[in-house]
Amino acid sequence: MANFLAVAEARNGELRKVAHEAITAAKALAGGGDVHALLMGGPGIAAKAASLGECGASTVFVVEHEALAQHNPEAASAIIAAQVKAGGYRGVILSASAHGKDLTPRVAAKLGVGMAGDVTAARMEGDAIVATHPVNTGKVVSVITLTANPAVVSVRPGAFTPVPAATSAKVETLVPSADPAASRVKTTGLTTGNSTKLDLGDAPIIVTGGRGLKAAENFKLVEDLADAFGNAAVGATRAVTDDGWRPHSDQIGQTGRLVSPDLYIAVGVSGAIQHLAGMRTSKTIVAINKDKEAPIFKVADYGIVGDAFEVVPKLTDAVKAARASR
Amino acid sequence: MKIAVCIKRVPDMDVKFKIAASGTAVDESGLKYDMSDFDGYAAEAALQINEKSGGGEITAICLGPDAVGETLRKALSMGIDKAVQLKCDAVPFDGYAIAQALAAELKGGNYDLILFGRMSIDSSNQSVGPMVAELLGLPCVSAASRLDVSAKTSGTAQRELEGASETVSFPLPAVVTIDEGVARPRYPSLKGIMAAKKKPLEVKPAQLGAVSVTVSKMELPPERAAGRIIGEGADAVPELVRLLQTEAKVL
Repeated sequence: MANFLAVAEARNGELRKVAHEAITAAKALAGGGDVHALLMGGPGIAAKAASLGECGASTVFVVEHEALAQHNPEAASAIIAAQVKAGGYRGVILSASAHGKDLTPRVAAKLGVGMAGDVTAARMEGDAIVATHPVNTGKVVSVITLTANPAVVSVRPGAFTPVPAATSAKVETLVPSADPAASRVKTTGLTTGNSTKLDLGDAPIIVTGGRGLKAAENFKLVEDLADAFGNAAVGATRAVTDDGWRPHSDQIGQTGRLVSPDLYIAVGVSGAIQHLAGMRTSKTIVAINKDKEAPIFKVADYGIVGDAFEVVPKLTDAVKAARASR
Repeated sequence: MKIAVCIKRVPDMDVKFKIAASGTAVDESGLKYDMSDFDGYAAEAALQINEKSGGGEITAICLGPDAVGETLRKALSMGIDKAVQLKCDAVPFDGYAIAQALAAELKGGNYDLILFGRMSIDSSNQSVGPMVAELLGLPCVSAASRLDVSAKTSGTAQRELEGASETVSFPLPAVVTIDEGVARPRYPSLKGIMAAKKKPLEVKPAQLGAVSVTVSKMELPPERAAGRIIGEGADAVPELVRLLQTEAKVL
């Protein structure tokens, strides 16, 4: 039994789903010990603190500052490290999100310890934390032992399903010792994509388009299919993002996003090894490709050999009909 | 600009890995090795920065056993000026132990810019670059998908987030880790390969920090069932929908 601190991630004044996941992971490691959450953001962020109790945080420390309204890695990592020291926690849990991955090594170095990054499972074993971490583009799974105290761990988004634990959290305001506005690295702008669309990391269904779509405007085909499902996001291969048809942030693969949705539909995707590295752990994989020798068919649970321009509109209609009859 | 690029030697991922007899590492027999993907982007970014600004010096640094000499030679053949091997028997899994060795080498080097790949493609921890920045007290931007340091005393960068991107500004000197999008690495030319043989490669002992993160086991993930083609053309759509509803239960 030990106490843990969880960093609750917010963006643009809203909690992200990973905030609750970090608390859930901390709760599992604490084994009956206390879990405190740390929430940083611009003025007004304190209003979001109460919901963190729903996953088991008994105290939420809130830092509100104009200079924390956007990602402020220098100030945020300093605040986290200071709170870990002040609270005497056994460890601190962050999300391995884009912002979390930026903060975790900074926090570890400030505390003078090693870290376990992007873990998919974690437990206490004696005095150590034993965690699972996929390596070599997911082709190998490593079990790592972290003896550092305090422990600094980031958890893979989606790996820890938030468990409701009706705690009413006590909210305390923290005042940072250094001025958050004095950071050297400054976030000067945030461009959100289509904010009504689901993120690749959150979507239970992903429809990905490859070079087989022939032109950027033909992505409407996969967008329409994603819209028909209603809970799908659109991904892309590296060939497509390199050609500028889609933004780099949509790229799924070895050097892009690693995703693991319930359903992955690859349209006009050949299935290069680098692409498979990013999606092979999806629960169900569907492939639609003209070339029956395409490597994507080796991993597809359901493959259709055919022209995407014929098959996909039919599938979109069929999905709409299936959802309408539910 | 005076630039350092920290690179790592990693196995080629286009293989089926086997676990070594120790149970804590992959079997290295038959593996091919190269510079980690993102480190290649970082090396290319450094070359382009100095080509545009019209001069400077780039040093590649790699930690590991003598086999990393090959990776450093590749960097030199791309056009990097000099190389340093921080010698140790094996690369620890603990990023902080590595960061301490790199920081000891980089400290006092008066670099304007220290570049890393966003992460190494094998251990995938995404930790060493920002840790080195902390140890050196330098500003750090991680996972930059665009980078502009043409102002010479400051820079701007873009970072990709989940469904969004952000722009940042920072003063130099700084540590920047490079993501997809900045630059695709060039292939070494024959001339570059010949020139690399004459460029300096210094070998120094790595001053690794204490290790608190270790691999206790490595295993292979469960295999996927073999793929199945259910039909051809639009006629296969009703069967696909049926399977998604009754078998996969996702519709």
